[in-house]
Amino acid sequence: MLKTLTKPDTLIAAALMAFAAYLMWHATALPIGWDGARGPGGGAFPFWLSAIMFLAAAGIFMRSLLAGVRPEDLKPFFEPGMLGPVLAVTLALGLTIFLMPIIGAYLAIPLFMFWYLRFYGRNGWPVTLSLTLITPVALFFFFEVALLILLPKGITEPLFFPLYAMFF
Amino acid sequence: MEILSLLGQGFATSLMPLNIGIVIVGVTLGLFIGAMPGLGSVNGVAIVLPLTFIVPPASAIIFLAALYYGAMYGGAISSILLGIPGSSTAVATTFDGRPMAQQGKAGLALIAAAGASFVGGTISVILFTIFAAPLADFALKFGPAENFALVLLAFTTFVGLGGDDALKTIAMICLGLVLSTVGLDLITGQPRLVFFDMPGFYAGISFLVLAIGVYGIGEVLWTLERSRIAPTVTAAKVTYAELRSAIVTLARTWKTMTFGSVMGFFVGMLPAAGATPASLMAYGIAKSTSKNPETFGKGNIEGVVAPETANNAASTGSLLPMLSLGIPGSPTTALLLGGMVMWGLMPGPMLFSEQPDFVWGLISSLYTANLAAVLINLALIPLFVWALRMPFSVLCTMVLVLCIVGGFAPDQRMHDVWLILIFGIAGYLLRKADYPMAPLVLALVLGPVMEQSFRQALIAAQGDVTTFVTRPLSGMFIALACVFFLLPLAAKLRKHRHAVQSG
Repeated sequence: MLKTLTKPDTLIAAALMAFAAYLMWHATALPIGWDGARGPGGGAFPFWLSAIMFLAAAGIFMRSLLAGVRPEDLKPFFEPGMLGPVLAVTLALGLTIFLMPIIGAYLAIPLFMFWYLRFYGRNGWPVTLSLTLITPVALFFFFEVALLILLPKGITEPLFFPLYAMFF
Repeated sequence: MEILSLLGQGFATSLMPLNIGIVIVGVTLGLFIGAMPGLGSVNGVAIVLPLTFIVPPASAIIFLAALYYGAMYGGAISSILLGIPGSSTAVATTFDGRPMAQQGKAGLALIAAAGASFVGGTISVILFTIFAAPLADFALKFGPAENFALVLLAFTTFVGLGGDDALKTIAMICLGLVLSTVGLDLITGQPRLVFFDMPGFYAGISFLVLAIGVYGIGEVLWTLERSRIAPTVTAAKVTYAELRSAIVTLARTWKTMTFGSVMGFFVGMLPAAGATPASLMAYGIAKSTSKNPETFGKGNIEGVVAPETANNAASTGSLLPMLSLGIPGSPTTALLLGGMVMWGLMPGPMLFSEQPDFVWGLISSLYTANLAAVLINLALIPLFVWALRMPFSVLCTMVLVLCIVGGFAPDQRMHDVWLILIFGIAGYLLRKADYPMAPLVLALVLGPVMEQSFRQALIAAQGDVTTFVTRPLSGMFIALACVFFLLPLAAKLRKHRHAVQSG
């Protein structure tokens, strides 16, 4: 029983059921039925669709439970040995996004690239350094100079004042 | 005749120097993206869309359409040279493309793929030109009830024809539709589903955030998990003699090509079908109607030609309902639609009367994109061979950095970048558990249209739900939707009865 409950298929269906229930609860903040002359209330569409999603997920959940553990369920959900790399890249991405408003995109992104290219991808120094150094320059000219979209700079903001003076 | 003069005016737009340049850049970029294993047109459009702010909206759409085209051509390159499909749309091309490469005929296979793509693209663009305006005219009669029924029909094709698990498809459609309601209510303006009272949710969840998450970060994680061993690249040279003999061989396959183009175009129009099933179907039919079917899978050139005409024709086909009805025929066109809405060019019948310059400019640009794609494809083959040797980690960093920056750029909010990461992880896990991603993205794009038309129709009918079935057109769409919806059930019943009879 525990094995059928902890199958990825069952777990994901259960998570979707929980999320659908949360969405249904959230949608009830606005009327979910007929709202006078304004027609269906603002909560109706999200509420009833979340309800259908809940039922669909419940169906998947029940089906998965009733099917028991079949041979194909025994093969690992992640390719053997590949969960580590996937987790490492995900965490590095999270850290990069976390650091962007603090140390600025122009430090956080090259740091990420440096780690990925050199330590994760095991590329040589020429590839690593050239990409790590060219990318921020290209980003600056494309987004800030051409599109006037300012990327977050955090504490590195003062370093950009001379550049602003030059280009704007 | 009227079509020809409109098309002529369109060429006046698409042959402007800026737009020619844009088509060339778009096609080239698309070819590279398509050629990279793991990245297809939908990933390319999702990742590159934020960069198109640099040109005016009309040119941006022309650029993305050119990229879409280029990616369809490019998919064949890695199918042939690596034996790994550049995207799912080029899976069928590996069946005979790879054996040809192993027999030392990689050059011939690449030329055949490019030539077939060109034929498929051209025939389908002609069909597109003929059908686009009449379909839009027809759609002018649609009211809210018809629009709702049509969107519903689009979703039920996923349940009936998508080939994925019906319950999982329904769950994803509903999730996408509910996520589209986050933010301010369209009619009353009240906030709803503002999770954890975070101000970032008041503006809603942009389709781009979901698309970059799922097709950018999710795709990289997905490919990362499967990319332990680097594949070997087959060398390919294209000589003039080969080019000439390839064209002669291609001409002999005109029946396969014509059939693949027409079928691909119509299959491509269906939201759930599209280029992947179209190419597989074309391959299957070419094989079963061939005089020597046993040579298929061993390097028969028709096995390259059939899927390549069909997948290019399907990509044009999927543009037709997007432009004329506002219902995208594929995830990639869903992103194009989202982009057009963002730029204030609402696709649908009104666009044809209000912005004819843009519509016909776009249609005529498909002709130029097609021509540019075949020429650039053939000219740059050595470059593709070189690019395919690029370490996978280099490609991954580029894509991930573009995802982060591209997700931030449109609204300049870190909130969106975090959402991209969350959608990326969730999309990756859901995809591993066989949940289809295309209906999720389509639902988020179509959600506002669906809800608005549903509520308007009900208000107009004073709450009478039968309005959806009593109006003839809407009733017809609903009836068709029911058929699609019940298809998986019928298939199951038949299988069950079969099992009972034979058991």
